[in-house]
Amino acid sequence: MSGTALDPKTAPLFPIAAKIAMGDAQMRKNVRHATDVIQTKRARVVAEMPDWQQLREAGRQIRQHTMENLDFYLEEFERNCTRAGGVVHWARDAEEARRIVVELAKASGSDEVIKIKSMTTEEIQLNQALEAAGVHAVETDLAELIIQLGEDRPSHIVVPALHKNRQEIREIFQRKMNLPELGDRPDDLADAARMYLREKFLRVKTGVSGANFLIAETGGVCIVESEGNGRMCLTLPETLITLAGIDKVVPRYQDLEVLLQLLPRSATGERMNPYNSIWTGVDVKDGPRTFHVVLMDNARTEILADEESRQTLNCIRCAACQNACPVYRQTGGHAYGSVYAGPIGAILTPQLQEMHYAQSLPYASSLCGACYEVCPVKINIPEVLIHLRNKVVKQNTAGVAGLFDVEATAMKAMAMIFRSEKRFRAAQRLGRIAESPLTGKDGWIGWLPGMLGGWTQARDLKEMPKETFRDWWEKRGKNGN
Amino acid sequence: MVRVLERLGHTVEFPPGQTCCGQMHYNTGYQAEAMPLLERFVAQFKDAEAVVVPSSSCVAMMRDHYPKMAREIGDSKLNEAVDALLPKVFEFSEFLTKRLGVEDVGASYPHRVTYHASCHGLRNLGLGDGPVRLLRAVKGIDLVELPSVEVCCGFGGTFAVKNADVSSAMLADKTAAILSTGAEACTACDNSCLMHIEGALHRQKTGVKTVHLAEILAGEEVAR
Repeated sequence: MSGTALDPKTAPLFPIAAKIAMGDAQMRKNVRHATDVIQTKRARVVAEMPDWQQLREAGRQIRQHTMENLDFYLEEFERNCTRAGGVVHWARDAEEARRIVVELAKASGSDEVIKIKSMTTEEIQLNQALEAAGVHAVETDLAELIIQLGEDRPSHIVVPALHKNRQEIREIFQRKMNLPELGDRPDDLADAARMYLREKFLRVKTGVSGANFLIAETGGVCIVESEGNGRMCLTLPETLITLAGIDKVVPRYQDLEVLLQLLPRSATGERMNPYNSIWTGVDVKDGPRTFHVVLMDNARTEILADEESRQTLNCIRCAACQNACPVYRQTGGHAYGSVYAGPIGAILTPQLQEMHYAQSLPYASSLCGACYEVCPVKINIPEVLIHLRNKVVKQNTAGVAGLFDVEATAMKAMAMIFRSEKRFRAAQRLGRIAESPLTGKDGWIGWLPGMLGGWTQARDLKEMPKETFRDWWEKRGKNGN
Repeated sequence: MVRVLERLGHTVEFPPGQTCCGQMHYNTGYQAEAMPLLERFVAQFKDAEAVVVPSSSCVAMMRDHYPKMAREIGDSKLNEAVDALLPKVFEFSEFLTKRLGVEDVGASYPHRVTYHASCHGLRNLGLGDGPVRLLRAVKGIDLVELPSVEVCCGFGGTFAVKNADVSSAMLADKTAAILSTGAEACTACDNSCLMHIEGALHRQKTGVKTVHLAEILAGEEVAR
């Protein structure tokens, strides 16, 4: 599947994709190792903050307040960015965003653009659109470069090549950079990437970036990163085009005080990012002469309209939930069929698809709550997952087809049983009769039919007790003890 | 659980009309089907002085979702009843450590045991080390710490069936951790996790058993 974009519209159902992904032992080892390392670092730098819980709450309040007043802050950002010499564009959906960026890139007169990591551009498959218009995009974030040269796809929001190890990366560089002698020490790989990218930085006249935050109060844009390649992309080109979801806005410059503590500690386990770039409009003396910001909706206002799942937009893309998720740690990111993988992907992706696709993702969770526990802005992901499951059930049970839905029928039957003591008792008796042909001499069931067969592929099931608690309780009452 | 509570001098009642809290329906997306089960729960238990539940995830279901569900039903009496009832609902270990302030319940259990912290107990109810403190006070017990104790066993209700492969992989990690402790039995505050873990321990012919915390505190030998 390598090379094809992660598209929820064509992705297989999560259980199927997960099964395929879990067959890749090397990938699983890489993901587990990398998430272990990041989690350990995160735990260390979070533990040293006595006010971490207050910070989380402050972060949540900033994000919630922003979402409740999003229209106001977006317009404030537009005014201030424009005043500083930036040009603001509005994109209703992915198609409009692609068209605007492609036109701007072509108008800049360049047939090549350098890019700093932006999941939002992945979300709309911008590189493919640029390519189709004759503009080649060069990824400059090291991980994104590995993905691009390896004709692979991102599997993690912050560390997109997390599923690759050093040997695999060396192999890609040897092949694509024509460096047959390249070693696999981190220094060797970084040197190779530096040589490859420096030439692009110095030559290419147009940059495309994402954004971590848009500051309404000043019209500034903020990007944080670890390598400095982003800084190159933001400062060297003549034209800079930034694509950002409308959810990226924050009210005040001062809000970064909270968010820039939460984000690096949660994302990479660093106290602060090595490179924090904030730029406001253009400056004739330095940096790009032309600066465009494309503010993209692409279903975000739909999410905003749903009171129960609105908190999804509070996400600051730290990926702590991915690292902590026991499901993601087994499957890696590709199984989610979306650039947004892990718990946040499981709630964000189907909503970005307006619930028309990716309906299996809200079920890609055991609801263990590890994601909620680490989320720096306290998004109650399990709660949103349950809400989205309800939406999926409503879709599946609507109309005539719903009458024949096996799961819904079983669920309704069970609910009917649970509504009556008599039926509940009868079901307990019937259960024993029904299971008896499946039960072995030792009182265990090793095979179950139909949907329940998933259980017995790795587990046995003990038969129902001959005496239920109810039987015991009643007998005990009669005996008077 | 009945034996422990009675040993501590409490009177236990079992309303025979009780069935299910509705968690499976609610968490799978069948909210409408869970609503009558909320009403049933309130009707069955509203007069109790305390409601003690031997399953952390059922308590989490009630605490986390019942208030919202009652609001959605839009019956003000039901709303009030839920608000009045919920503070009286306790998970079993929580009832002992937080409501009664007991740690030593006079139990004896001479076995090597490891404790799995069920997700809902750990994160939703904030049980913390309450269950472990109860276990430490048990006579003769050899309590060994479970590596990655806070990681989910992979049950997740219908998740175990809908995403059977991922669930099985999570479970394999959990059973490997349990076996690494050399424990004779794994305990927890939630029967659903235990049923899940037990299924794999039996399939793998490990000889390691699962026992609910209440069984240990009741001081009986592993009766199976």
